[in-house]
Amino acid sequence: MTMRVNMNTHSNSSLIKTHIQDLIVDWSSDVSTFKVRWSKAMMWIFLISDTFIFGTFLISYMAVRLTVIDPWPDTSQVFALHVGGTDVPLLLIAIMTFVLISSSGTMALAVNASQKKLRLRSGVLILLTAFGGLMFIGMQAFEWTKLIVDEGVRPWANAFGAQQFGSFFFMITGFHGLHVTIGVIYLSVIAKRVLQGRYDRLNDYQIVEVSGLYWHFVDLVWVFIFAFFYLW
Amino acid sequence: MKEQEIFQHPSFFPGVTEEKEHPIKLYLFIWGLLFILSALSYFVDYINLEGLLRWFLITALALLKAGLIVSVFMHLAWERIALIYTILLPPILLLLMLAIFANDGNAINYLRSTFG
Repeated sequence: MTMRVNMNTHSNSSLIKTHIQDLIVDWSSDVSTFKVRWSKAMMWIFLISDTFIFGTFLISYMAVRLTVIDPWPDTSQVFALHVGGTDVPLLLIAIMTFVLISSSGTMALAVNASQKKLRLRSGVLILLTAFGGLMFIGMQAFEWTKLIVDEGVRPWANAFGAQQFGSFFFMITGFHGLHVTIGVIYLSVIAKRVLQGRYDRLNDYQIVEVSGLYWHFVDLVWVFIFAFFYLW
Repeated sequence: MKEQEIFQHPSFFPGVTEEKEHPIKLYLFIWGLLFILSALSYFVDYINLEGLLRWFLITALALLKAGLIVSVFMHLAWERIALIYTILLPPILLLLMLAIFANDGNAINYLRSTFG
């Protein structure tokens, strides 16, 4: 039996046509649909479900923020840091953003090194990524402490404006922080296994790419929290 | 493609990596771009842009960053189309939810400001 569609060469047909042909081949050929390892496919499916969790968080935040009559707290004022006699708006959040993006960059390089089976470089880069995550959690702990202890923000009350602010702040950033924490633990385990040579023995470094997917997703979620919660 | 070739696809052979490698330069370039885009969105707040321009810039910059992370860092640009659609199509439902709750939120706000 032969099939007319070629999976690898895309000559003689338009891009759209090729896409549709590819789609039909993958879903109809009575073999596994996704031409990737199960570990990567399952991580993506998990990340889709996580997308819906954070998506519904941010949408519920939008819905409630639309309903309130009191003005929503001015985030660039709430999250300002007092540096050198002046208040710099959102300074800590900006630093957290850069730290998380940098950890995403080192993770991308770690995946690249793992594909070349460079054990040491890959392991060290994953450790660097986990360290970036730790710095992020540390700064978040500082931020929460400042808000709870110094400024008296509670899930049900705050001095800046609409009372609903606190519950969404703690829920959204808390859930993201939980993801970062789990990611740090996850990456530490993977780094240990890389450095111990487990994936050299298996001759298979795919798990580094899979853990990278999780870490980049954590960064991705922060992009939207930064935009819609802190900047909007 | 012959049936036999389908079964020779790397996904049937655990232990063999099929990922394409990309030059480190590409990752460093995207990294730099993400830094610049983040700095720009911070700048939008810093210079106190207000109203429609602020919201447009914040959303556009966030979507650009998200696109770069997903397509390059998460390698989605190089995956097969069946996987890409499986990942990117379901989240469109979130837009529907967004529309429904924006409507609902505005309605409640109207009720509160009129009768509250």
